[in-house]
Amino acid sequence: MAGSQWELPPELCCRPMAFVALTGLDVVYNAVHRAIWDAFCANRRADRVPISFKVLPGDHEYPKCRTKRTSYEWYIPKGILKTGWMNKHLNLVPALVVLFYELDWDDPQWKEKQSECATKVEIVRTSLQGRNTKVAVVLIQKKTPLPPGEDLVASERAATLCNACDLSGKSLFVLPHTDHLVGYIIRLENAFYEHAQTYYYTEIRRVKSHKEFLNKTTHQLLFVRHQFKIAFFSELKQDTQNALKYYRTAYSLVHELRAHETNMLEIKTMAGFINYKICRLCFQHNTPLDAIAQFRKHIDLCKKKIGSAELAFEHAAWMSKQFQSFGELFDEAIKLGLTAIQTQNPGFYYQQAACYSQDRKQLSQQLCQVINTFNTKCSTVFRMIHLLLSNIDLTRILKTEMCLCLSLPQQELIIALLSNAVAQFKKYKCPRMKSHLMVQMGEEYYYAKDYTKALKLLDYVMCDYRTERWWGLLTAILTTALRCAYLMASVKDYIIYCMELLGRASTLKEEHKLRIENNLIQVLMNEVPDAEPECDASSDGAARSLWNDRMALAASNELTIEVQDYIPFIQCKAKFQCPSFHVDQPIQLQVFLRADCPHPVSFNKLAVSLSNQEYNQWCVVESAGQECMSLLPGKTKCHNFSFVAKTEDVGKKIELTGMELMLGSDSGRCVFLSWRGAGGDAASTHEALQASRSSRRWGREVEARQELDWDSLTMQHSTMIISRVPKISVQLSHRPPALNNEMYCINLTVQSQEGVVAKGVKLTAGLKPGQDANLGQTTHVSLDGSKVCDDTAPALLPDVPLGDLKPGEKLERCVYVNCVSTGSRVFLFHVAYSIDTTVEGRQIVCKCHKVEKVIIILLTVSTNTPQLQSQLQEVVLQTDECASECFCLRCPALANSNNTVATGQYLISWRSANSPLIQTVVTLPHVILESVPLYIHAELPSYGRVRESLSVRYHIENRTSLVQEVEMAVEPSDAFMFSGLKQVRLRILPGSEQQMLYNYYPLMAGYQTLPQLNISLPRCLTTNTHTLRRFLPQRIFVKPQGRQLDEASIAAA
Amino acid sequence: MAVCIAVIAKENYPLYIRSVPTQNELKFHYTVHTSLDVVEEKISAVGKSLGDQRELYLGLLYPTEDYKVYGYVTNSKVKFVIVVDSSNTSLRDNEIRSMFRKLHNSFTDVMCNPFHSPGNTIQSKAFDGIVSGMMVQTASTV
Repeated sequence: MAGSQWELPPELCCRPMAFVALTGLDVVYNAVHRAIWDAFCANRRADRVPISFKVLPGDHEYPKCRTKRTSYEWYIPKGILKTGWMNKHLNLVPALVVLFYELDWDDPQWKEKQSECATKVEIVRTSLQGRNTKVAVVLIQKKTPLPPGEDLVASERAATLCNACDLSGKSLFVLPHTDHLVGYIIRLENAFYEHAQTYYYTEIRRVKSHKEFLNKTTHQLLFVRHQFKIAFFSELKQDTQNALKYYRTAYSLVHELRAHETNMLEIKTMAGFINYKICRLCFQHNTPLDAIAQFRKHIDLCKKKIGSAELAFEHAAWMSKQFQSFGELFDEAIKLGLTAIQTQNPGFYYQQAACYSQDRKQLSQQLCQVINTFNTKCSTVFRMIHLLLSNIDLTRILKTEMCLCLSLPQQELIIALLSNAVAQFKKYKCPRMKSHLMVQMGEEYYYAKDYTKALKLLDYVMCDYRTERWWGLLTAILTTALRCAYLMASVKDYIIYCMELLGRASTLKEEHKLRIENNLIQVLMNEVPDAEPECDASSDGAARSLWNDRMALAASNELTIEVQDYIPFIQCKAKFQCPSFHVDQPIQLQVFLRADCPHPVSFNKLAVSLSNQEYNQWCVVESAGQECMSLLPGKTKCHNFSFVAKTEDVGKKIELTGMELMLGSDSGRCVFLSWRGAGGDAASTHEALQASRSSRRWGREVEARQELDWDSLTMQHSTMIISRVPKISVQLSHRPPALNNEMYCINLTVQSQEGVVAKGVKLTAGLKPGQDANLGQTTHVSLDGSKVCDDTAPALLPDVPLGDLKPGEKLERCVYVNCVSTGSRVFLFHVAYSIDTTVEGRQIVCKCHKVEKVIIILLTVSTNTPQLQSQLQEVVLQTDECASECFCLRCPALANSNNTVATGQYLISWRSANSPLIQTVVTLPHVILESVPLYIHAELPSYGRVRESLSVRYHIENRTSLVQEVEMAVEPSDAFMFSGLKQVRLRILPGSEQQMLYNYYPLMAGYQTLPQLNISLPRCLTTNTHTLRRFLPQRIFVKPQGRQLDEASIAAA
Repeated sequence: MAVCIAVIAKENYPLYIRSVPTQNELKFHYTVHTSLDVVEEKISAVGKSLGDQRELYLGLLYPTEDYKVYGYVTNSKVKFVIVVDSSNTSLRDNEIRSMFRKLHNSFTDVMCNPFHSPGNTIQSKAFDGIVSGMMVQTASTV
């Protein structure tokens, strides 16, 4: 892939870990060594120290160390950083070399082995000449060591070994090869890690020490180099905070470098590297905002550093890579738990990367054109590039670049970036952004000549833009899609896109529409259409031959296109004239057609299909002979169909299931545009809504307008077939009210107004179904009025045959209704008959409904105990009249005063005119009796006046034969002041009366509660004082103070 | 000043889009259209928490490399979108706000026109004038 020279090197992208070399291990042939090595490198989980181990032979040659410069005085650096530097410190120069040697403390040949070990250490040391790399020795022992201090031989021999090898005691380790190998290994590597830390620390110190020799003028590059090195060593040391700090200084120093065309590339590369490191560390430190800010700064600083204009495409590629790698870092961080948001997610960076890749593609295409047209100039460009970049090994890459740009390899990269972005935007709820990127992907596929994929993507998103009504964007997408369809000679797609581009949603200019329509006509005549503009010549040739092949194929000349979900250039709407038709009327159906294209369009057939397919034959128009039917642009054409419904369909709905319009002819190519239901398309619902809004405002104007307004045409997709209008009169006569239990007579008169004999007249009479369920049980209907009907009589009499009716004949019937509960009821009288209609020559059954409401009223009466002469005897009550009767009852003296007393029954015998006598029994309520020893009544005026004295006299009567002791108290009230006895106890002799006088003085106006008089009988506790209170008035109306008094007082003053 | 000004209906179809003629018009259409994602998200987020106590100005919707896209939503959910060149740093938040307010006022005037049918694209000279005043002045007018 062409962008690969900007691929970030793996040593930059990895996490730097301390490098420790292990020597003296024979991992191939020695099982023990193999086990040790496996323990080091297998299963390195996050809790193990970050070290990268490598097994090297004992005599491995490490990279030679250059002799260190003592002065920088005459030194001019060639570049910022040497290419292999990072790799060298990650993988080649170890921080620590560990020598593994099999030696037990009690080895019989101790002396020989000791000197052999010392030699090996020496060999390692020699090859590390000049480096600060540490050396350590690990003795692999078969025996488990004794606790330190107990084995005297061991400590003595350890000391001599250290001496012989010139090692410090800290660098000698013992690894017993026993059961707990992994445990020992972990302890070992922790020790190695400490050594490595020290090594990197000294390296940092060493690099820092160079600083004082540098001067700003000649060693600008070295400032960057040293900062970068310190940062990188810090990272190796796992000191990420300091690493970040040094990378930041390095980054600012890079931008201070003097930039010119020759080193622009180097500066950008280095800036890109450092930026990558900074962003990576920021994400690692969980400060994503810092990372984003750094990246933005980086882009802003570098955006303008294009370098020479010829290399602009390289700059675009580099920018693309910057965005891509940041997107990847961001994505990586999200996988590790960072949360992104809709407006800040990796998708934006992938998108921008794709955007720069597209720029790059364009730039390189331009360059290639230049090269192609001026072939001589090509070599000049090469030479120039060669000169420019001689110090960086990029000429090779540029040469391949030049070759590659001729074969356009960029699409793959762009598509990959776009699909990454699509995945991100899908995740962060950006459906529109996603659609936009998918359009771009489709376009890239188009450039890559993968038209099938392009169409698949474009088709997928087209629908979104259509429903959102962004016509400009839809047109742009359709134009690309049409080009794809042309280039792959896909007839059906081609026709669909043409149709929509000619439609009213298209924002194309008239001239383009004309061209497209001509092409469409060509295709319909089975000829090759003209090429789409902006298709390059080579692919056009291929397309042309594809089309010719298509045309040669005789088959598949018929196409059906479902246009409902598009916005085609022919619109179709259908309506039934009415929402319902009587079965003896012809059904009227109108189909409206309208073309939006610039030329008139002709069609050969229009067919409507209905839910009952037998009617379809009546709803077809076909062109007769050579004559085509045509639609004029912008004009509405209406086709009327009419047919007679079948009698079986009475009560059913007829629905429009679809419409088909045939374009083209059998000789060329037939295209059937098909609409479901009553037509309309993806945009018509909204247009109808808009039209209804504006017609509400301009209602009168629309009516006045002669021409049919297309948008406000409403579709009527179904019609109901209903029975013929009956020509028969049904009359009911009755005299309400109906009474409870009465045999209520309803007189029915049926008179035929038909011209012929009405056969099989049937009557259904009774309670209308669907009312309260109880009504069915309390209502009885009978045809026999001579006797009161019982419970067995039904509530509804179905299908009583009445015979035939000649024209003009009259028929009468009486129906008796008996109701045992009150309330209103709805009765249904339903007359059905059949008749031969002469118009259609078919028999049609007509039905007639008549509904009558009947109200039943109950009379209210009262009664007395013995059989008395009722005041109501022989009284006749009219409707809405009410009779009431009053009797006085006297209760016999009862021993038990708590008893309730039954008051008996009230029996009424009554009849309405011409009906039998009916008896109604009313049970009278029970009453509760109470005995009261005292009788109290108050004597008070009907109203009081504010601040005017109001005298109230209470009379307390003893009605028993005993002396009653009475306690009385008056409770204070807010509304009154009063004078009189507040609390008193007195005795009342049998049959005598006591009077209490109070003067109340009202303070407030309105209905006021009087001061409560509490009476209690201390001797007779059974008596409820509440009963006594009932005798007393509770409230009195107090009038406000009159004005006259005021005037009088004013006059007095 | 703005490089593109758009008015979007409640149902998210464009009522009015004007962009500077020097640049690719289609690109602005896409920019405005994609910005609706953020607008929708912001409206729904506010709808949950505050009810109708909503600030009409939505602020910066999202920055692209080249443009800044600002949004504004009226109470009847009509959206205004203003696209500004990223390099144009002289425009502050307050100025963008006042641009939106001006736009809203002019839009209200259009709606008050009894001859305008709400939901149709805006065809008004007065509105055009207000928009032109806020757009980057192109060479032809200078």
